[in-house]
Amino acid sequence: MHIMEGFLPPLWAGVWYVFALPVVAYGTYRAKKEIEKNPKNKSLLAVSAGFIFVLSALKIPSVTGSCSHPTGTGIAVVMFGPAITAFLSIIVLLYQALLLAHGGLTTLGANTASMGIIGPFIGWLIYRAVSGRLDIKVSTFIAAAVADWVTYVVTSIQLALAFPAGPGMAGIISSATKFLAIFSITQIPLAVVEGILAALLMGYLIQLREDIVMEATA
Amino acid sequence: MRWDVILNLLLLFCIPYILLISTVAAEEWAGADAKAEEAIGEISPQYEPWFSPLFEPPSGEIESFLFSLQAAIGSLLIGYFIGRYRGAKHARNG
Repeated sequence: MHIMEGFLPPLWAGVWYVFALPVVAYGTYRAKKEIEKNPKNKSLLAVSAGFIFVLSALKIPSVTGSCSHPTGTGIAVVMFGPAITAFLSIIVLLYQALLLAHGGLTTLGANTASMGIIGPFIGWLIYRAVSGRLDIKVSTFIAAAVADWVTYVVTSIQLALAFPAGPGMAGIISSATKFLAIFSITQIPLAVVEGILAALLMGYLIQLREDIVMEATA
Repeated sequence: MRWDVILNLLLLFCIPYILLISTVAAEEWAGADAKAEEAIGEISPQYEPWFSPLFEPPSGEIESFLFSLQAAIGSLLIGYFIGRYRGAKHARNG
């Protein structure tokens, strides 16, 4: 899903940086607060970050004949909310931009906005809406799958805004359909896989440390 | 880990492949990112990327190595803390 280095014109690269950086800064502050509030949260933060590291490294083949990777932001957003997820995501995105030429420094703002902020934020909204009514594992599944899938929808829109197929809104929509056709279908099975993995990990964490997990997700 | 968890994981990784085999008419398994790059080329053929990566993995093998390193770091974090939780729970329960 990462937009490649140099593949957003300078204007759009800048716009997404302006959007993403304040959220990352706030997330960094919040992460510090969470650790001060309860030092045990440090281990949960590490597990959440670990999940993003593993899942976003896996390029999985999908039904459409192309490969893509999950985002792994589900656990972080369920436990700590979207701001901290943005902070954890930018660490992974930096690793991939600097060492793997996957994503890039100029597109870091845009990629953080999709994978770290907007995708997880929508997942988190839905998690908040269903968490009282459904089992926490089911809610985690939904949140993680939605966060993953929306990330790719946002990427498609970001590319469409920068590369409209024609003038005005019609051009943007026509481009967006094109990019959505590439990303969103490939991503559906992966979003489901990601949701299941996140739910399994969440179930296991609760089994072991119900006290701190419940406090974090409350 | 309990057996049902392992079974779940196995299923999880098998299902996509079963789905795949049934639809193998597909082209090569390129990355979706590369396809998006092609689409950009179709929409604005005149667009030139204005910045290139500072460092690119010199070969596909090295790229795979760095990806697996990333996954390894993540698994290490998860495994370490889950192991610690489990140990602590065990100690509490005697």
